[in-house]
Amino acid sequence: MFKRLFSLVLVVALAAAFFPLFATIGDRGDVSPLAESYLADAPDALGSANLVTSVIVTYRGLDTLGEVTVLFAASAGVSLVFSRLGSSSDGRRPVQNHAPSELVVTGAGLLLPLIFVFGVFIFVHGHLTPGGGFQGGVVIASGVLLALLAGTLTELSHGMLSVLEMLSGAGYVAVGLLGLWLAGGFLDPRFLPTGEIGSLFSGGAIPVIYSLVGIKVGAELSGVIDAMRRRRVVE
Amino acid sequence: MILAMLITFGVMMLVAALVALYSRDIVTAIVASGVVSLLASVLYVLFGAPDVAMTEAAIGSALTTVVFLFAWSRIRSIASRDDSTNGEVR
Repeated sequence: MFKRLFSLVLVVALAAAFFPLFATIGDRGDVSPLAESYLADAPDALGSANLVTSVIVTYRGLDTLGEVTVLFAASAGVSLVFSRLGSSSDGRRPVQNHAPSELVVTGAGLLLPLIFVFGVFIFVHGHLTPGGGFQGGVVIASGVLLALLAGTLTELSHGMLSVLEMLSGAGYVAVGLLGLWLAGGFLDPRFLPTGEIGSLFSGGAIPVIYSLVGIKVGAELSGVIDAMRRRRVVE
Repeated sequence: MILAMLITFGVMMLVAALVALYSRDIVTAIVASGVVSLLASVLYVLFGAPDVAMTEAAIGSALTTVVFLFAWSRIRSIASRDDSTNGEVR
């Protein structure tokens, strides 16, 4: 009884604390001066049609590098924990409990090429259309998951995954350093020509950075999925 | 029109969240929590944030659901193995 009362009071207090946020929500016609200058300058300065991408990759490029680092640490942690778990229990073989159904196999044959092409499309066109490296990488990882479930792929090469991850991560930092030496600062994409806005080869090094991020995220999440699937304990 | 869609999807999200909380079946609860994310991504599109919507749909509704399902299947197989070795009947 007392416990219930306490949780009720807690819920009411939370609602009261967040009420000002709810009361002031609505369409904001004006933006802050910083956002104003992004909106006005970014298309001319960077030649990237998708403003969100300009902000994520260029103006907040260091944050994105940090996010990629966090994701790397998380995937390394997952792999470490799951390899420990596997060595302490007896069921260590990569096991498929039962054969995948025919629906999954046929559907995977039809969908897999589309999924992979769509993932690559998302990160290559990150500077033109919504989406970018993270979204494209996750789409590719979900394609890998479907391939594993359908038995199209039985074994993921962890050597290849780590090489891809290493090269794309190092490449991201190298592109950032090129920006530092050849253009305005670290992660400045304007050392490549910004091109005509709206075309595939525009936005300086933004497509390069997003492709590297896409490959890195795809490889990391595929590795996480494989680590979780691999050490399934046999019944 | 937009407001009606917002309210409809919001109510559906609430229903899915309640199903996830109160469902007896774990798999139903996992799928319901994935539905919450999927509807949230639809709301992001309606609010004009397609970039966020793509992330939410891919990570929130697809990968998180899969990770939960993997975890659940591992827990179940470990539990059934322990049962069979101990000879206990539940």
